Amino acid sequence: MNAPAVILAVLLAVACVAFVARPFLREPAPEDDRLAELPPRERERVRLAEERDRALAALKELEFDHRTGKISDADYRELVTPLRRQAAEALRALDPPRKDAQPEREDVHA
Amino acid sequence: MPELGRAALVVAFGLVVYAAVAGGYAAFRSRRRLLASATNALFAALGAVAVAALVLLAALVRHDFSFVYVADHTSRELPLRYAVSAFWGGQQGSLLLWLLVLTGMGSAAVALNRRLTRDVLPWTVPILGGIATFFAFMLVFVASPFTTGPAPADGVGLNPSLQNPYMMAHPPLLYLGYVGLTIPFAFAMAALASKRTDERWIVATRRWTLASWTFLGFAILLRAKWAYEEAGWGAWYAWDPVENAALMPWLVSTAFLHSVMVQEKKNMLRVWNAILVAGAFALSLFGTFLTRSGVINSIHSFTQSSIGAWFLGFIAVVIAASIALILVRLPLLRSPTRLESLVSREAAFLYNNLFLVALALTVLWGVVFPLISEAIRGVAVTVGAPYYDFFAIAFGLPLVLLMGIGPLVAWRRASVRALGASLLWPAGVAVVTGAVLLAVGAGSSPAGLVGYTFASFVLGAIVLEFARGTRARRSLGDDGWVGSFAGLVGRNRRRYGGYVVHAAIVILLIGAIGIGGFGTTREPRRALASGATMRIGAYDLTYLGSAQRRSANALEMRARFDVARDGKPLGVLSAGKNRYFAEQQTSNEVAIRSDWLRGEDLFVIVGKFNNDGSIFLKVIINPLVNLIWLAGLVFVFGSLITMWPDAREQRRLARRFAYAPA
Repeated sequence: MNAPAVILAVLLAVACVAFVARPFLREPAPEDDRLAELPPRERERVRLAEERDRALAALKELEFDHRTGKISDADYRELVTPLRRQAAEALRALDPPRKDAQPEREDVHA
Repeated sequence: MPELGRAALVVAFGLVVYAAVAGGYAAFRSRRRLLASATNALFAALGAVAVAALVLLAALVRHDFSFVYVADHTSRELPLRYAVSAFWGGQQGSLLLWLLVLTGMGSAAVALNRRLTRDVLPWTVPILGGIATFFAFMLVFVASPFTTGPAPADGVGLNPSLQNPYMMAHPPLLYLGYVGLTIPFAFAMAALASKRTDERWIVATRRWTLASWTFLGFAILLRAKWAYEEAGWGAWYAWDPVENAALMPWLVSTAFLHSVMVQEKKNMLRVWNAILVAGAFALSLFGTFLTRSGVINSIHSFTQSSIGAWFLGFIAVVIAASIALILVRLPLLRSPTRLESLVSREAAFLYNNLFLVALALTVLWGVVFPLISEAIRGVAVTVGAPYYDFFAIAFGLPLVLLMGIGPLVAWRRASVRALGASLLWPAGVAVVTGAVLLAVGAGSSPAGLVGYTFASFVLGAIVLEFARGTRARRSLGDDGWVGSFAGLVGRNRRRYGGYVVHAAIVILLIGAIGIGGFGTTREPRRALASGATMRIGAYDLTYLGSAQRRSANALEMRARFDVARDGKPLGVLSAGKNRYFAEQQTSNEVAIRSDWLRGEDLFVIVGKFNNDGSIFLKVIINPLVNLIWLAGLVFVFGSLITMWPDAREQRRLARRFAYAPA
């Protein structure tokens, strides 16, 4: 047996155990030990924010595709109305409407 | 200090088992402190594995032959750099590298995504812990690098073919790619387990997936460069099972990188993406299994392998668990939106996915079939290059075409007329290129001609995309053409970085077609005597004679040639063989003269040195092969653009996931 190796191994094991036990050592008797979950209201907000971002991104893409000639004027007119409606609905659903939900000019072709 | 290495691995094993079990319980029972403790165990495991890795590295550098692994993979005269690379030159060292990268990447991914994925993380930790448990188990109980024995006077040495700079870099990069695919897998499965199937797991793992995919792709090219220079047959990719082992997960993760954009933009293909993430991870495990179980040599060496059956069992568990989880969560994964048109960007991504996955499955079948055949019928069947070449062309050419068409199609739907107008320029470029190539005699390889025509079509489409995008940005008020171009790329790095990657694939295709379709080989049956001249293409090689010298660990025999092209002297080339003392093996040491202007290599292989001083020679002219290596650099450049942090995107995501106080 190599004594320095054994000492180093024991030190490593003790350090690891101490680090793993740290959350229990720091809070021996917490008031609440449950995992913080997103409340349903917040989960719904995230879902709506995803929908809003998706709708706004789709509008920006349509705009950019139209500018770069990938979409004809007729197709653009046909597609833009339902997309605007979707984006408006998503923005309305996030109540109260957020200022930062407005499309940013620099992201026009996201 | 083998005791320290062994102890560190035992500690690491205990820690990852704890991370898996305690983490799983904490997630299931919602225990905050227990989850924090399990997360700490994952971090601590990284420390313990790093200690074990340092012990092995020190033993390799010090030539401590009391370690069986060191004695089996190094020798006293092995240069230091190769003694270091022997770390991943054998089975046990490779497994240790896997675990080191896994605990490192896993810890980093968990630490960096604590806020974004706080209700997915409870399941991420035990999944990462579970995967790490398998590798730690193997290292502690099945294939330990710290086994000791009586120290021999000298070691066996490292396989000569691995004594190459590219082979020093290839395995670590390959493992960064393989192991990196664990991160999207762990987060995706955790999202399913926690029923949080929103976009957060995709956002959290996007760069990890891209980085892993880049490492994997670059590692494949490094291996190709190694095979080209070291294997000594003048080819860059031979559909070898080890090469295919890395190609399969790369193809599937390429499919995932495309289809995940459809999920982000249209909330579609959610089930498909979960399948692709699980498939890419399972294939990365399968790749490690292929290279490390001995199964490639024969089914018998697999049955004698200490790790083969364990690996196969683990892969089966991963596949079964992934399928079960996806099936259980199927109702959550159903997409609320449908494909609006078969002529749209998302449809193009879908077609590209089908071809990529079909190609991956074809390669998989080519790798697995000989093994199944040998296991069932006892007859080893070889699936050769013609099989792979056929499917690579059958699925590859439509893929190349889609690389050109996809970017020109609008999302949602595009009219055929608008698409036709977009395709006009690239198609024109393709037709002109095809006609010019036909005129200069490139019709000798019809597949090559079609390939080059398609390649020019894609390059035309990429240039058109950049040009139209820059013009659109300029019309929006950006300053100057350069400012508009920079704004275009800077504001959508994933799209335009992706186009640079597409350009890299096309450059690689041009090089591959050049070497495959238009190369010249000459291998005279008669030996070449000293002073004789051999002609190939426009080159003349005059054999000047041979000599030998003793290097640190090998006897180097070299034949020298005076080389001229069209009568113009180009200098002297030396090609030959190395005979390694400790390893008792001989390697081909080819001579390569690259002409960057013409883009071609003169490749010289000495087949045999005869006693009378004559030699047997094989000479190859490989046109455009250097484009393959250039493609590697362009590929990395494009990938870096896609991965570069975007402050605007970060702000947008921060707003979206800014959690209000509970």
